[in-house]
Amino acid sequence: MEKYVLQIEQLHLYAGSKHILKGISMNIPEHQIVALVGPSGCGKTMLLRSINRMHDLNPDIRIEGRILFKGKNVLDRHTDPVQLRRQIGMVFQKPNPFPKSIFKNVEYGLKINGMRHSAHIRDAVENSLKQSHLWDEVKEELDKSALELSGGQQQRLCLARAIAVAPEVILLDEPCSALDPISTAKVEETLLELKQLFTIVIVTHNLQQARRIADQTAFMYLGELVEYGPTVQMFEQPQQELTYNYLHGHFG
Amino acid sequence: MTRRTLWMWVGIASLVACAAGVVTFLIIMLFDLGRKGIPVLSWEFLSSFPREGMTEGGILPAIFGTTVLTLLATLLAAPLGVACAIWLEEYAGEGWLTQLTRAAVRNLAGVPSIVYGLFGLALFVEGMRMGASLLASACTLALLTLPSVIATTEEALRQVPRALREGALALGATRWETTYSVVLPAAIPGILTGVILALSRAAGETAPILFTGVAFYTRYLPASPFDEFMALPYHLYILSTQHHDPERVRPLAYGTAIALLLLVFLLNLAAFLLRARYRQKKRL
Repeated sequence: MEKYVLQIEQLHLYAGSKHILKGISMNIPEHQIVALVGPSGCGKTMLLRSINRMHDLNPDIRIEGRILFKGKNVLDRHTDPVQLRRQIGMVFQKPNPFPKSIFKNVEYGLKINGMRHSAHIRDAVENSLKQSHLWDEVKEELDKSALELSGGQQQRLCLARAIAVAPEVILLDEPCSALDPISTAKVEETLLELKQLFTIVIVTHNLQQARRIADQTAFMYLGELVEYGPTVQMFEQPQQELTYNYLHGHFG
Repeated sequence: MTRRTLWMWVGIASLVACAAGVVTFLIIMLFDLGRKGIPVLSWEFLSSFPREGMTEGGILPAIFGTTVLTLLATLLAAPLGVACAIWLEEYAGEGWLTQLTRAAVRNLAGVPSIVYGLFGLALFVEGMRMGASLLASACTLALLTLPSVIATTEEALRQVPRALREGALALGATRWETTYSVVLPAAIPGILTGVILALSRAAGETAPILFTGVAFYTRYLPASPFDEFMALPYHLYILSTQHHDPERVRPLAYGTAIALLLLVFLLNLAAFLLRARYRQKKRL
């Protein structure tokens, strides 16, 4: 039997008076890559950001339902979002490195998590940069500002920053939408390796990307989960006509 | 030429005329001040006390007084203003208390400086028994600049991209960690610029210090914050209107004006350089 890290149950999300997510239920199995696809505005990013409570910053957003992370409801008032986000990391659509050095970007998460020993920090930074395949490009210039890196490098730095704190789940919000094909390929390669260590949920507009890397794919449309299942099945034998039409570019 | 293009040219011409008018006034003022004031400037003028009933000698105590006063006011206003802005922008949210505070800050910015002077007299000089002193004046001046420090700091914090905040929060940083280690460093150039500009204006204020500590003449430089002091804008006022022989000390008045202008200009230049330097680094 598969083990689920995240169980989303009847999730409704309202932004002001708008009903954005309409009863999403899905289970996310451990050590797999799950892709969320669907046309713009279907709510996939909203769903992703519910998982690590990023909506807390926005008082207009109201969420109903449950998201169980290892059996505990993350939406519960008593769940500490700070603790939660240390276990569920996130990489954003636009690379957002801190305006600090490359080293300090990765070090940041370690320090706020209480790592003090400088040798340990150095090892962890090196490891994370290696895992995100950035190490060879930056090992000579770790003190350089992260803002001088290319977009693709910045995004891999953000990935390194996220994995440095050793979360269990990593959420990625269209991480490659601002990257060229080569950088995209590097990120994808990295993700395929990282699923040994983490569970990955990725929002993507790029159907080919979902097909290349995802074990499971979820298709969302207008706030509803239309179809969710193994990627191969989704692409070759979709059960719903809507899914078929979307995957074949009839709308979206 | 059609009617429309004619009107367009008339419009452009009047805009250019307005802009030219502003620049002309500035140039005439600077030229006039420079012509009359610069010949007076000398090391002797900048580094000695007034002598012979202010008809000779220099303005050292006034320069010293204004400099120390401005620094002291900065030390008081900057932490308070920045802290208040951080609270408003990062923590307060959108409640009635926030709106009330914002409204208060906006209205404080519109209070005439002479009213601050009276308030400083009542609160600091008498209420808190500081006496007419450098400290009381600095406190009054700090109050006066507080609204603009708060406003510019808020603006600088608002400029920090939301993505940076989210990046830190997503790593499991607390709100305070995010503010302290990510938002503030990114906003610091804007904050510094705002603080310096606010104080360069404060340096030229006369009314708030009038009742709270500035002296007509002192024989010594202030040795403690509880001493009276001389200040450039007040000295200028005295030389121009309160002196027994204003015609004779007119050159000294111009020299004082130039010295004050230079001081303010230096502060503005510092703000400009700071901003230019950080702008290169901050690009995202």
